[in-house]
Amino acid sequence: MIRMVAGRLALSIPLVLIVTAVVFVLMNALPGNAASAILGTNATPEAIESLTRELGLDQPVWAQYWTWLSGVLQGDLGVSIFNNEPVTDLVNARFGVTLLLLVGALGVAIVAGVSVGVLTARRQGWVSRVIDVLAIAGFAVPAFWLALLLIYLFAVQLALLPATGYVPFLDDPLEWYYSLVLPVLALAAGMITSLAKQTRDSMLEVLASPYVTALRANGIRERSVVFKHALRNAAIPIVTVVGVLFVGSLTGAVVIESIFVLPGLGTTVVTATAQRDIPVILGAALYLTLLVVAINILTDLAYGWLNPKVRAR
Amino acid sequence: MTLDSLSRTDSPTTTPPRRPDRPRRAFARRLLRSGSGAFSVSLLVLLVLACAGAAWLAPYDPLQNDLAHVLEGPSAAHLLGTDTVGRDVLSRLLFVGQPTFLGVAEALAVALLIGVPAGTVAGYFGGWFDAVISRVADIGMAIPAIVVLLMALAVFGQNQHAAMITLGVLFTPGLTRVARAAALATRNELYVAAARVAGLGHIRVMVRHILPRITNPIVVRSALLAGTALLVQSGLGFLGLGVSPPAPTWGGMVSEGSTVLQEQPWLIVPSGGVIAVTVLAFILLGDALRDAAQGGRSGLGTAGRRLGAAPQTVAGTVAGEAAPEPVPNAVLEVRDLTVELPLAAGWTTVVDGVSFSVGPGETLALVGESGCGKTVTALSVLGLIPGGGRIARGSVDFGGTDLATADPSRLAALRGSEIAFISQEPMVSLDPSFTVGNQLVESIRTHEGGSTAAARIRMIELLTLVGLPEPEAVAAKYPHQISGGMAQRVVIARALAGRPSLLIADEPTTALDATVQAGILELLRSLQRELGMAMILVTHDWGVVADIATRAVVMYAGQAVEYAAVEDVFTRPAHPYTFGLLQADPHLAVEGQRIRTIEGTVPPPPSWPVGCRFAGRCFLRTDACDASPIPLTVTGDARRARCLHTDRILQTTGAIS
Repeated sequence: MIRMVAGRLALSIPLVLIVTAVVFVLMNALPGNAASAILGTNATPEAIESLTRELGLDQPVWAQYWTWLSGVLQGDLGVSIFNNEPVTDLVNARFGVTLLLLVGALGVAIVAGVSVGVLTARRQGWVSRVIDVLAIAGFAVPAFWLALLLIYLFAVQLALLPATGYVPFLDDPLEWYYSLVLPVLALAAGMITSLAKQTRDSMLEVLASPYVTALRANGIRERSVVFKHALRNAAIPIVTVVGVLFVGSLTGAVVIESIFVLPGLGTTVVTATAQRDIPVILGAALYLTLLVVAINILTDLAYGWLNPKVRAR
Repeated sequence: MTLDSLSRTDSPTTTPPRRPDRPRRAFARRLLRSGSGAFSVSLLVLLVLACAGAAWLAPYDPLQNDLAHVLEGPSAAHLLGTDTVGRDVLSRLLFVGQPTFLGVAEALAVALLIGVPAGTVAGYFGGWFDAVISRVADIGMAIPAIVVLLMALAVFGQNQHAAMITLGVLFTPGLTRVARAAALATRNELYVAAARVAGLGHIRVMVRHILPRITNPIVVRSALLAGTALLVQSGLGFLGLGVSPPAPTWGGMVSEGSTVLQEQPWLIVPSGGVIAVTVLAFILLGDALRDAAQGGRSGLGTAGRRLGAAPQTVAGTVAGEAAPEPVPNAVLEVRDLTVELPLAAGWTTVVDGVSFSVGPGETLALVGESGCGKTVTALSVLGLIPGGGRIARGSVDFGGTDLATADPSRLAALRGSEIAFISQEPMVSLDPSFTVGNQLVESIRTHEGGSTAAARIRMIELLTLVGLPEPEAVAAKYPHQISGGMAQRVVIARALAGRPSLLIADEPTTALDATVQAGILELLRSLQRELGMAMILVTHDWGVVADIATRAVVMYAGQAVEYAAVEDVFTRPAHPYTFGLLQADPHLAVEGQRIRTIEGTVPPPPSWPVGCRFAGRCFLRTDACDASPIPLTVTGDARRARCLHTDRILQTTGAIS
């Protein structure tokens, strides 16, 4: 168990380094001066020179990266090229909303997906086939399109929920809740269907196992067989899928935030990309990569907690 | 990007063990014959051709504004309506499809060009090549794709090629893993080894022998990656990244539509729809490719069809059948039990008119090879027929209740408290996720109620009863931490928790070491003596029968073929199958004499013959054996056999003993 987490951490350090180093490698792969490419054709020579210095483009690539990295270790992520705001402040202020969206969607997906999966494992038939179809549809239908349909239905037609925008919890808890319903649902939809399918499949596998037959044959109540024994064992592969889904949902979150105009890291990073604001993108990349690392470690811990064979080691 | 979750559950598909003569053509035929395969292939071909031929097919110039007709719905003039400046949506979709498909192709090409060689090398050479490549792939799998994509877009400006090439690189680790798994599976095969011994260089072996075999899993994976690439590209296009406005991607068209969602919601339908349908086609294609690849591997499809064509066995009581008399005061009396399972051929009889009874304190053995219906018979008594089967005929009388017709709640209440069950493999009949103690306490509380503390005391009592020293220590362990013999004792303790009057043991010692077997049998015998339980023992092991059974029912192909007291079975078997089984048993073999096994195998239920089911393997077979169903006949005091040649077999066995 400890060895497993340690192994994960050992892989995480190169992960963080690789993801953040990518941008430096790419900048140096760009033909000509990256600073002038970034600032465009109308930039003054002074501006280009200042950006070159700021990004350290006059130094070799490893030195550029080292300068950035040593700043990070002191909590300094540099300043935005666009408005000179410190990146650390910017990213800190935006990270919460993104985390809220991701965790909210994941929570909804786990509750809904696992419930539907367990129910359909118990009762085969047309519901099960509907799940199969929805699992494929949930993957094929782009999250941003589903979000637009939700906006059209609940905000434009029924006027039940706000179409876009975000209200901080402390300003108005109810409005805060309303502002999150649609984004969370839009992001969760695809995860719900694939979790329901995964849950159903692993429940069916466990329910067909010899120990379930043995439990039933010895009179253990059906409720305990399904919800204690089968679900606990089926949860082991589900946890792995949850981890993968969470990492995958980062892409969706970036798009969803932009549609619903949520002040999160996703909108920040999209704006920064359009403005080619490298320091901001790097800061956001660092946070999101650390989030992935955290999720992988949590997944490992949950896996070990559920699986006594792993825990013992 | 939830693709990984979908495809990872399929696990990397490995390649078939044998090498079909013309793999390609057969594969393509299978692919196109399946509904989803034909649908997805034709749809994708149609879409790609339509987009490629946009210049000729499109009804309008995609950039021609028509401010008199903006935001129109579908009409005869504009099949998919018009957009914000009156451009024809259909024409735009077709033209925009070109960069869209091109981007998908770019991403896929990059992933294939890096992933396939890397994976093949890792799988083929193994060693540190594999260690390094696999480790890098592991790290790569954890990279949040969107972050890297946005970095690339920021550095290279709004360049779609840069984004899609980067996406291809991000796909590489997953593809590498698939290629590696497939190459690894192929590497150890004989013809690859032979090619290497024959002096072919590594490169030629990889290109000529490994690559063709890893193609299937790679192609399956590529279909799914194409779907993902389209989704990611659409997402970026929707965000306005990686494209310049007059020539957007499909995702960019959805984005344009979203700005007028209130005025004309239709506008997001064609663009979003074509994305969803194309991704759907890629997924279905992936599924169909996988199925086609597997179809070539196992040939299960044709076997299933043959099964379906087989004539159904006519189930019914055989004329002249002399069913055995029940024992006095029987605890359990099974009469004419007939069980059907829903197989490929439809409802198929797997247990056919079996009758037996067990008296208090008695042990009845159900003997036969695997596939004869012993376990199904035993589980039917508990109402736990595997595979969704049903009791088609007959009765199971237990203390005045017919378990064959009793409602599920009555059956559930009986299980464990009146009739308990010990299954074949102790290691897999305990829930791996809970401690031994937890499971025993649950069993005890289910049957007796009471506090956890009281149940723990009873648990220690039971663990001691089944001969486990240090019961406290055993209770704290998980099933994987104890030995098979210990696990079987725990399973027996659990079966005893409800103080049952009948214990059904399905091959209780088969999975155990010989030394442990004797201990478990001794335990069962002493428990039975102490507690006065009746016992049904399912086994194929004559040693076990001789050890603890009082009477035996020999089963063959779903029927009881012989009933006898244990002494009679061993000394004077009355059915050639029983005789053959005894001859084949190593425990009973005479030293220096060759063990004679019965040739052939038990026929599966759908192909049971009309006449004697054992005829095909019998040395006494005559034409009469195949003519009609053979009834059970009386062959002695409380003895029955299902054979036309009982006299001859009794002569033979009498001569031997």
